[in-house]
Amino acid sequence: MKHAHPITLNEPGRVELLMGNEAIARGALEAGVRVAAAYPGNPSSEIIETLAKAADPARLHVQWSVNEKVALEVAAGASFFGLRALAAMKQNGLNVAYDFLTNLNLSGTGGGLVLIVCDDPGGISSSNEQDTRYMARLTDIPLLEVAGFEDARDMIPYAFDLSEAIGSVVMVRSVTRISHGRGPVRYGPLPEISGTPRFVPGTTFVPFPILTKHQKRHDAIKRLERDFSDAPFNTYTGPDTPDLIIVTSGIGYLFSQESLDLLNLNGRVGIARLGTTWPLPEKWLSDILAKSQRFLVVEEIDPFLEGNLNEFIGRHPSLQRGKRVFGRQTGHIPDVGGLTPEHPLAALKTLLDIPYKTRPDSYETLVESESAGLVIERALGFCPGCPHRASFWSIKNALAKDGRGGVVTGDIGCYAMSMWPSGYQVAKTLQAMGSGAGVAAGMGVLGPMGKTQPVVAVCGDSTFFHAAIPALINARFNASNFVMIIVDNSATAMTGFQPHPGTGMTCMGQPVDPVEISDICHSLGVDVTILDPFNLEETEETILAALREKGIQVLIFKHMCALIEFKKAGRHYVMRVDSKKCIGEACGCDRYCTRVFRCPGLIWDPISGKARIDEAICTGCGVCADICPENAITREEA
Amino acid sequence: MSGFKLPYNLIIAGVGGQGNVLISQLIARVFIRKGFTAVVGETYGVSQRGGSVMSHVRISRERVSAPIIPKGHGDLILGLEPMESLRILRDFGNPGIFTLTNTRPVEPIDVISGNLAYPDLPAIMRAIETLSNQAWFVPASKLALEMGNSLFTNMIMVGALIGAGKLPLTEQNFVDILHQYMPDKTFEDNLAAIRKGIAAIEKTSVEKR
Ligand code: SF4
Ligand code: SF4
Repeated sequence: MKHAHPITLNEPGRVELLMGNEAIARGALEAGVRVAAAYPGNPSSEIIETLAKAADPARLHVQWSVNEKVALEVAAGASFFGLRALAAMKQNGLNVAYDFLTNLNLSGTGGGLVLIVCDDPGGISSSNEQDTRYMARLTDIPLLEVAGFEDARDMIPYAFDLSEAIGSVVMVRSVTRISHGRGPVRYGPLPEISGTPRFVPGTTFVPFPILTKHQKRHDAIKRLERDFSDAPFNTYTGPDTPDLIIVTSGIGYLFSQESLDLLNLNGRVGIARLGTTWPLPEKWLSDILAKSQRFLVVEEIDPFLEGNLNEFIGRHPSLQRGKRVFGRQTGHIPDVGGLTPEHPLAALKTLLDIPYKTRPDSYETLVESESAGLVIERALGFCPGCPHRASFWSIKNALAKDGRGGVVTGDIGCYAMSMWPSGYQVAKTLQAMGSGAGVAAGMGVLGPMGKTQPVVAVCGDSTFFHAAIPALINARFNASNFVMIIVDNSATAMTGFQPHPGTGMTCMGQPVDPVEISDICHSLGVDVTILDPFNLEETEETILAALREKGIQVLIFKHMCALIEFKKAGRHYVMRVDSKKCIGEACGCDRYCTRVFRCPGLIWDPISGKARIDEAICTGCGVCADICPENAITREEA
Repeated sequence: MSGFKLPYNLIIAGVGGQGNVLISQLIARVFIRKGFTAVVGETYGVSQRGGSVMSHVRISRERVSAPIIPKGHGDLILGLEPMESLRILRDFGNPGIFTLTNTRPVEPIDVISGNLAYPDLPAIMRAIETLSNQAWFVPASKLALEMGNSLFTNMIMVGALIGAGKLPLTEQNFVDILHQYMPDKTFEDNLAAIRKGIAAIEKTSVEKR
């Protein structure tokens, strides 16, 4: 019993505290999923990680794919062979997969195919806060929205059935607060897994003839407008003739319930919770709209439901008289960002003119006076011993020595922190996965127009496989000029150390030959240098030399992520600051090591006025010994 | 068991790497085992790299609460770091709230690097006391280091939570859950940490009213 992962237990009725993403994974297992693929990305990563615990080559194949488009293609391949399959991704990932999706919708599917997208309202761990629900509507595929933990499990088997019923992919959307929250989930039974994959002879999965296939999708959506009125995920609670109805989906549901409790409004306000947000359930929604004149839409992130509701009312003249819809478009909920429980609370206070105070004024005053100046922010930084710190240290120094105002294009990963002081504010651009290389390729052709500033693209190892390869080929083909630095820490560190093609291990724990980044680069005929960024002097010199070269110079900075290395190998060095040599504030170094280098393992001791190593935090990487101008920091083999 | 209203809103405050997420799950599991409903909400993602982390644990009967506590509605703060406890009190505090906090600061990177000073610790503790119905200060990090590893801080604070007696929690509740999720050696160590926390609370309690 000990250590058996609870997700794999076939104990119907068992109640487990599951993360939303685990509940989604459990739902997929209960639906008999056979293939699951994804590229890691918060807040979606735990879906595949959880399924990997139940993986078994003969029954359930689980993989980290190289990017989201390939993940969806892999899942579709299984679907075409008659199996149930899913692909999971974060919001940005759907953009990558979208080209495939906009043809897959027309070509149709075989076995149930479910696309799970986890949006990140507020961009808590993302570069944007895109609302992907519009993309389901744009693609004519049905959209289900998870509103809680139990829901997350229930909805997945429903989505698989639905996909098979309409012969198309179904999108299930979750959000950070659910995917990364935890709640009790009651297990259903796990099915017997059987059936051999088979591509039925004579079938085709192609988008042609386009108009016929397009029409088919519209017909299916029309049918669902009718059928969704019976979907178990659309519920109404509240009085028969409420003063106002909250129309909500996703985490908005629980927040709305809470607001009604706090304001004591359960007798006056109803909640209409939509699990099927596209297409809207015709009959069900008409009944809801007949109950009241005023509606408050509570949703994340953009006014998707709000817009569709207004459109729905516009299409139904019988419903129109005096109906008012409030929400993000009317300013009752802020225009951007994720929801908090305060949002529906504030909107209800305004709309129903209710005085409500969370805490007495006297306490508010006390909070102000007592805590003033006592709470400071915690800036984000690279971990102690992180190889990125060393890499960006050298990039910063090389660019300064080069002196031509070089520009660094950044990319997505832990190393995105190179925009901030922890990475010495080196990176100046940041967009999508792999864009650092693509943008640099564009900058690198401006030489003949008189550009004098050199260009450096920074890219992680996982990002390289995901999307930087085409950009690099493009650069080589179009004779661009830049230095491409691949910071290879042998992991997808930011999202939780998932393996990738370069790490030599699949997520099912199968060892495979690693794909070497350097081999790929060599095959393109570009110059490749591999070095350890912890050799600060060599690294800086290599960058400086590369900046002066023409063409594309690939530099691979290879050093394992500190968190992994420390777990595997422990401390390399015992570090010490020699307090006799450390001249601290007096020297003109002006606390160079702690103020500028900013490793959390190296701390400033204001009492002695000298630097000091915090043994509890230092990973013993040894790098700081090289940055001290006085050689006051020493390293000794551990 | 005075003050155990439902939903009960417990906030665990700390910094990335302090094991905040682990104990929030443990506490939620204990309550589920007791037949309650519990949900946990966490701040996640990049906050793991040195930032503030808070977990919300909400205990109810039947009806599932939202995984985020509305501002001003905290019932108890279990703080793994003093400034973080105060940060949470500012947003979620109210005259009825109880606060248990570890006394050892974890310095933000800007303090480590000497760019900022860590706010005055005695003043932080005074503010915590003033803003709480009752506050307990536990030298949990110190006790953990005495046990040989600062990682026990979180379990010592779980012990303090039991010891404070504001929730229907016993040592035995955690024994049952911990046994299920960890090997024997780790289990023994964690149990010892919980016991230290329970013992510590008797010595450090500061009654206000
Ligand atoms: S050796 Fe220096 S740079 Fe490396 S982790 Fe320790 S303090 Fe930080
Ligand atoms: S260790 Fe070196 S860089 Fe740091 S304060 Fe002392 S002399 Fe300056």
